Amino acid sequence: MSASHATTAGSAGAHAGTQDAAQRELRHHFVDMQQQSNTASLGMWLFLVTEVMFFGGMFCAYLIYRLMYFKDFAAASQSINVSWGAANTAILLISSFTMAMAVRCAQLGKQKLLVVFLLFTMLFGAAFLGVKAKEYYDKYEEKHVPGVNFEFKGGLLGHPEYVVNQQHAQMFFSIYFAMTGMHALHMIIGLGLMAYLIIASMRGKFDTSYYTPVENIGLYWHFVDVVWIYLFPLLYLISRTKG
Amino acid sequence: MATAVMPEQRTNYLNAEHGVKSWLLTTDHKRIALLYMVSVTFFFFIGGVYALLIRLELLTPAGDLVQADTYNRLFSGHGIVMVFFFLIPVVPAILGNFLVPIMIGAKDLAFPRINLLSWYLYIIAGMMVIHVLLTGGVDTGWTFYTPYSTAFASPKVVETGLAVFINGFSSIFTGLNFIVTIHRMRAPGMTWSRLPLFIWANYATSLIMVLGTPVIAITLVLLVLERVFHLGIFDPKLGGDPLLFQHLFWFYSHPAVYIMILPSMGIMSELIACFSRKRIFGFQFVALSSVAIAVLGFLVWAHHMFVAGMSVYAALIFSFLTFFIGVPSAIKVFNWTATMYKGSVTYETPMLYAFGFIGLFTIGGLTGLFLATLGIDIHVTDTYFVVAHFHYVMVGGVVMGYLGGLHFWWPKITGRMYPEGLGKLAALIGFIGFNLTFFPQFILGYVGMPRRYYQYPPEFQMLNVLSTAGATILGVGYLFPLVYLIWSLKYGEVASDNPWNAAGLEWKTTSPPPTFNFHEDPVVDFEAYNYDELKEIPRER
Repeated sequence: MSASHATTAGSAGAHAGTQDAAQRELRHHFVDMQQQSNTASLGMWLFLVTEVMFFGGMFCAYLIYRLMYFKDFAAASQSINVSWGAANTAILLISSFTMAMAVRCAQLGKQKLLVVFLLFTMLFGAAFLGVKAKEYYDKYEEKHVPGVNFEFKGGLLGHPEYVVNQQHAQMFFSIYFAMTGMHALHMIIGLGLMAYLIIASMRGKFDTSYYTPVENIGLYWHFVDVVWIYLFPLLYLISRTKG
Repeated sequence: MATAVMPEQRTNYLNAEHGVKSWLLTTDHKRIALLYMVSVTFFFFIGGVYALLIRLELLTPAGDLVQADTYNRLFSGHGIVMVFFFLIPVVPAILGNFLVPIMIGAKDLAFPRINLLSWYLYIIAGMMVIHVLLTGGVDTGWTFYTPYSTAFASPKVVETGLAVFINGFSSIFTGLNFIVTIHRMRAPGMTWSRLPLFIWANYATSLIMVLGTPVIAITLVLLVLERVFHLGIFDPKLGGDPLLFQHLFWFYSHPAVYIMILPSMGIMSELIACFSRKRIFGFQFVALSSVAIAVLGFLVWAHHMFVAGMSVYAALIFSFLTFFIGVPSAIKVFNWTATMYKGSVTYETPMLYAFGFIGLFTIGGLTGLFLATLGIDIHVTDTYFVVAHFHYVMVGGVVMGYLGGLHFWWPKITGRMYPEGLGKLAALIGFIGFNLTFFPQFILGYVGMPRRYYQYPPEFQMLNVLSTAGATILGVGYLFPLVYLIWSLKYGEVASDNPWNAAGLEWKTTSPPPTFNFHEDPVVDFEAYNYDELKEIPRER
């Protein structure tokens, strides 16, 4: 087995001064810590590429049906509360800022601030999910969840004469729930990773010689943030004008 | 020979640790390769039994052995097991896992624990598929076309889709591990121009795994969501478009064909260089043609949909691009042939498989060009011509390559030689059985026998009998290696470190290698396939 952290996890804090994290964490099959952390970060970047392709399938479906059923998609999109979406965008952007600060603190060896910033990141992430849950509940109340009870009563802004096609509106919400649901799942995984980072940094696992997990989980966090940056305009802002 | 005993055992990866736990929790890429070998072989024989049942039913024109429903489940089970649980993992996860780190002079793959996770994901997915097969199976074919799969087929579609989804992550993690390992873990002196072609091929394969597999993953998620929660995505009754499913499905599933064949092509380059005692002709072209296939492979998917109602202009473009992908494939075949020209060719078992590969892949590839031609494609769509074509590539190509590689590296993996005479015999039986099985299907398809039907007009019977007879011979050709390779584990002649006097880092360590692959860290100061420097040394066997 590799230089395991089983031996270090419990007592690392105690002898953190005698041995730096790089010596502790270097795995058997790497020459040095630089090779190991370069390898890990290439792995994470590549994983994010697979994530782009994963979400890409849904963006493709979105694009095609939006082109096919533009008016119905616009009408359905108008029924989503844009304020909550905007608030969530702000929350996620702030969480990305706190995450970036956490990585900076890890680089500088400010262990206590690192924990504080990670806690804030987690807090904003949880707030995002809370708002999302509220939005889902609203959609449930309005019977906008696809299924037998689906009913869309809204119209298209500025076109009172347009009769919205129920089926096509339902398809918008199918894609809405699939995309935001998959994004929320990634946020939940992200929260789990944050919890891991917080526990690990409180136990003194990281120092200036070794903080690869903070960096790589940070990359993941920013990626999930970026996905939302695309989801927000595509789903909430198809058309908000009256013309 | 029967009493051959290992000389005073050196510690190697096989005897370094003992017990079930030391295998199930191993992070050694070589042990994980063996875990894969056992499980992938198991699935190969399950898929094989399904194939045999299909061939038995087709022995007579009437539907007598099974009825239509059962027959649909048989070919679906055969396709799903063989594509997702045999062909895709067979070479990368077994030989690639074992050889990639050793060939580049690394101690292990970049992420050993993720490598083990890949195997567990494969096993979980495999168990789910076996559960599906035992509780009635699915009848969608391996392609899960909507709206049949989301609105009508048996509800087992959901479990099958999730199994393929999970298995996809096994494949993604393997590909990711290979790419990162090849970039970051090469020994000093192992430049890209010195990388063995098997590594180049696995690198190209990994690109496809990483870029393509997530797309089928999300497609299957959407399929399951449509089936379970009635989200309208693909079903026209819900406003969706089934063509979108086909596009997304083939965006992965056509490149997946290259996930299967590219690693076997990599094996070919190793075998042909070794048994011709020559540096591979046009090394750079062969290396880059793998990458070219990986890239072009992403641009041809819609040739599976020529009759599905696409625009004729799109069909023209996809037809053109499909012809184009013949170029890098042909580069490989020509360069292998040129390597043999004026080489000191010998005919050991791996080389026999290599010959088989070249011949069968050439037929499979050229008939692919027939199918790329729009007019002919419309004539033979969904006939046995297509079935014969892709079996020539998948079975004639991939399996021949795998068996050749397995025999070639068997002494390195196990420390024992396989029995050469039986090996040659099995290669011959397999070649004859294969052609007898699938060549008649080209004719059947051309004269109009559609695929996926359990009965057929009596005038097709002669060719179907030939095909079924061939399938039994082919089965024997596969059972042979299973028996004598297992036999050789105990009774085979003890292998030297380099029984073929072959080039490459894997032959510079002991057989079997130690846990960390090399006794001292390798430094590479030689080119790949430097057989001109090795020529004078007499063979050890």
